[in-house]
Amino acid sequence: MSLTTLSLTELRQKLTTKEISAADLVRDVASSIEARNPVLGAYLTWDLDAALKEAESADLTQPLGGLPIAIKDNINVEGQPCTCGSKILAENYTAPYTATAIQNLRQAGAIPFGRLNMDEFAMGSSTENSALGVTRNPAALDRIPGGSSGGSASSVAGSIALAALGSDTGGSIRQPAALCGCVGMKPTYGRVSRFGLIAFASSLDQIGPITRSVADAALLTNHLCGFDPRDSTSLKESVPDFTAVLGRDIKGLRIGLPKEYFIDGLHPDVEASVRKGIAKLEALGAHIEEISLPHTEAGVATYYVLAPAEASANLARFDGVRYGHRSSSASDLMEHYLKSRSEGFGPEVKRRILLGTYVLSSGYYDAYYLQAQKARTLIRDDFTKAFEKVDVIVSPTSPTPAHKLGELTGDPLQAYLEDVFTIPANLAGLPAISVPCGTIAHEGANLPVGLQFITKALDEATLFQAAHAFEVG
Amino acid sequence: MPKYIVTIGLEVHAQLKTQSKMFCPCPVEYGSEPNTHTCPTCLGLPGALPVLNEGAIEKTVLTGLMLGCTTPPLVKWDRKNYFYPDMPKNYQITQFDLPLCIGGGVPLYDLAYPKDVQKNIPNPGKVVKLTRIHLEEDVAKSTHHDKFTTIDFNRAGTPLMEIVSDPDIDSAEEAFAYLSSLRQILVYGGVSDADMEKGQMRCDVNISLRPEGQTELGSKIELKNLNSIAAVRRAIHFETARQTEALDRGEVLLQSTRRWDDDRGETTLMRSKEDAHDYRYFPDPDLLPLHTADILARVSPSLPELPHQKRARFTNDYGCSAYDADVLASEQSLAAYYEAAVAAQPTVAPKKLANWVLNDLLGALNDASLTITDCPLPATALAQLVAIVESGKISGSQGKEVFAAMLATPGTDPEAIIKEKGFEQVSDTGALEAMVDEILAANPDKVAEVKSGNEKAMNWFTGQLMKASKGKANPKILSDLLRSKLL
Ligand SMILES: [Zn+2]
Repeated sequence: MSLTTLSLTELRQKLTTKEISAADLVRDVASSIEARNPVLGAYLTWDLDAALKEAESADLTQPLGGLPIAIKDNINVEGQPCTCGSKILAENYTAPYTATAIQNLRQAGAIPFGRLNMDEFAMGSSTENSALGVTRNPAALDRIPGGSSGGSASSVAGSIALAALGSDTGGSIRQPAALCGCVGMKPTYGRVSRFGLIAFASSLDQIGPITRSVADAALLTNHLCGFDPRDSTSLKESVPDFTAVLGRDIKGLRIGLPKEYFIDGLHPDVEASVRKGIAKLEALGAHIEEISLPHTEAGVATYYVLAPAEASANLARFDGVRYGHRSSSASDLMEHYLKSRSEGFGPEVKRRILLGTYVLSSGYYDAYYLQAQKARTLIRDDFTKAFEKVDVIVSPTSPTPAHKLGELTGDPLQAYLEDVFTIPANLAGLPAISVPCGTIAHEGANLPVGLQFITKALDEATLFQAAHAFEVG
Repeated sequence: MPKYIVTIGLEVHAQLKTQSKMFCPCPVEYGSEPNTHTCPTCLGLPGALPVLNEGAIEKTVLTGLMLGCTTPPLVKWDRKNYFYPDMPKNYQITQFDLPLCIGGGVPLYDLAYPKDVQKNIPNPGKVVKLTRIHLEEDVAKSTHHDKFTTIDFNRAGTPLMEIVSDPDIDSAEEAFAYLSSLRQILVYGGVSDADMEKGQMRCDVNISLRPEGQTELGSKIELKNLNSIAAVRRAIHFETARQTEALDRGEVLLQSTRRWDDDRGETTLMRSKEDAHDYRYFPDPDLLPLHTADILARVSPSLPELPHQKRARFTNDYGCSAYDADVLASEQSLAAYYEAAVAAQPTVAPKKLANWVLNDLLGALNDASLTITDCPLPATALAQLVAIVESGKISGSQGKEVFAAMLATPGTDPEAIIKEKGFEQVSDTGALEAMVDEILAANPDKVAEVKSGNEKAMNWFTGQLMKASKGKANPKILSDLLRSKLL
């Protein structure tokens, strides 16, 4: 049996007792990638030799010692490609430096191994916006894995990665985890350094783990978090041991269900699954009450003003001057910019750059960007008020199960609405996790459903406690 | 033809003297091999993030304090979006609506005006009002070759302070004085070397003309590529004449940007208003807004005394003339030299020391192409010499000789030179009294002349005695002795 179905804790046990070596584990993951990746399309590239070399010197006394972790292809690891799922970086960009989150993982003994597919520049929720290949959902191969961290969720759910890193700007970790049937966690904004994460929307982006269990997620989060002087938005907060709360019961925990999250667009089978999950939480002793987050409806619109605005500036650096795709047919500077970027970016990225440029333009700034900032404050305030009454907010992660590949590609607006439940936590900077919550029989497939937990900022401990109790309960 | 009123505002960029760049730890060093002081952040690599350089913020806040600006309690950082190959992120991190400094002004010093108008300054004591000062990052340096362009990113991300004046300048000469005065102050604060010729200070001019009697300002014309303070003056003269002629012809001037060509002495159109960028400023999400209270508290004690404050003190406390005080205060190192000399010899009149510093020392340094900072003669040594001259031990002209010797052989004690040259004056009253008695006894007729009231005869005695002593007799003691014996 492949080692890749085991939990990180079980594998650590085998490594420390010398039952297996780190190199054995890397080779095992590599052979499962070779076997299954042609179907799943989760990985874009993987450098076995580099990983084996790291495995040789892996410090097994460290908490993640010898564990290969797969990386979303927007986090820089020196010497490895970092394509962001885009043609503009696929040709000739090799990361010349390493992200802080990766340094932290290495510090804890882990081995970054393999680069995972994603929606181009993390823009999308199906991974269909990748310019570099199709990624499939292991639960139903004709379906999307979600996105933008689709490669991360597909690899972990498909057991060709032990665990993976993703990034979450509007749900890009939680939604694919929900759709593929694994655990996806977004820490509080500022907990994990963004240094080395290629920015989509800087005020929303956050790196987090995608794993097969809450315990694995807690273990990885322990070693991702921490203040980084190279990221000005990084929080100077101590990081507790998140695994310490695993196994604690949730008797008396106050759980809020936002009434605005149980709406018309919510697929009835998804709702049924989620209601069942909520009943389970109640049975475990949690106190369930309905709450209101009155500005939820503004979330998607707010997000689709702010995120593209930031992206329009963040992606300006991809101009073919210093690195990345450079058009070979330009005859002057303006043409160089136009052609290099037109050829390098895909349609969704162009759409969002245009949108972001528009909302920042003179004459429109106040009506869009400024208004969206105000709405963001209102959404944040909603949560602050709600957390005066409850400890955890629970909701569906995604309103629908995984769509068929190609089903929504012509309808960006409908696709944007898929993020309605995940976006608010990003706008408010809150930690959130998606945990598997059963499957629904749908068009001949059993499709995973995710349950989302949100807590107040920096309260990841309660988040893991509740999620773990639900998972094992 | 109507007369026109000229209105000028200046936008000055000054490179800050910091160890490291604005948002990364790369060193700020000019003249190094291209692209040797770079990192992921200042190269704009994907995923790299900016971190504020506190030193640059402190220097900007200090500049604000020196110029009487207000620093708001909260400031923030914005992205200014435009594409250019020398800007690696294709946006510049700058400050849009909450800059570090607001208001304030630049005092125009008399000596900061061009030499030919210093005697005839229209608004003496004018202070040009400032709009704001903000901090931003500099761009890289492009070099255009025949068929390609190379970019050196060593300068990319170095801290740049932008000082924006109100449209409060009335002439090319005031603009000249503004830039020279501002430079003096920036150098005083150790904020910037502010040498326009070295690109450490850059200046864009906004100029408009309106007919006398009209209150509304004329169309704003921006002048770029001004590489010296003198060029700014020339460009404003040219542009004033050009716009005057155009308006006289009945032309309507449109808002535009023009490029100054210093060799040809003219401006040419770069772009009109229609081509103006929409920079789409928005708050940089990578940098948090900054509370300034702590920085202000930290910087305030290091606020230096400014040239005009020093000048006032030199005239009031030291009795310097206004001109001398102006020159002494124009350079911090010169003022420091002078004050060290004053402090070293408290009994010597500071005005005397000023004369020596300004006439003898500066003259000698100038001849040797030296500046005050590499002056071989310590202030204490010069002061010692002046004290000796003032005590009457040697004469003024002997003093100049000793001064020259001290400059030629730095480190030599003036007393030693005096001894070596045999300049020592005879101040031994006993020996002088014997000489006096001798000459009085030998010349009874002259004694009678003096006693009858002929002062000239007194001078004859002094001359004889000096001759007898080979010039070494202390003239003051000599004169006292003569008077006590004759009158
Ligand atoms: Zn740098």
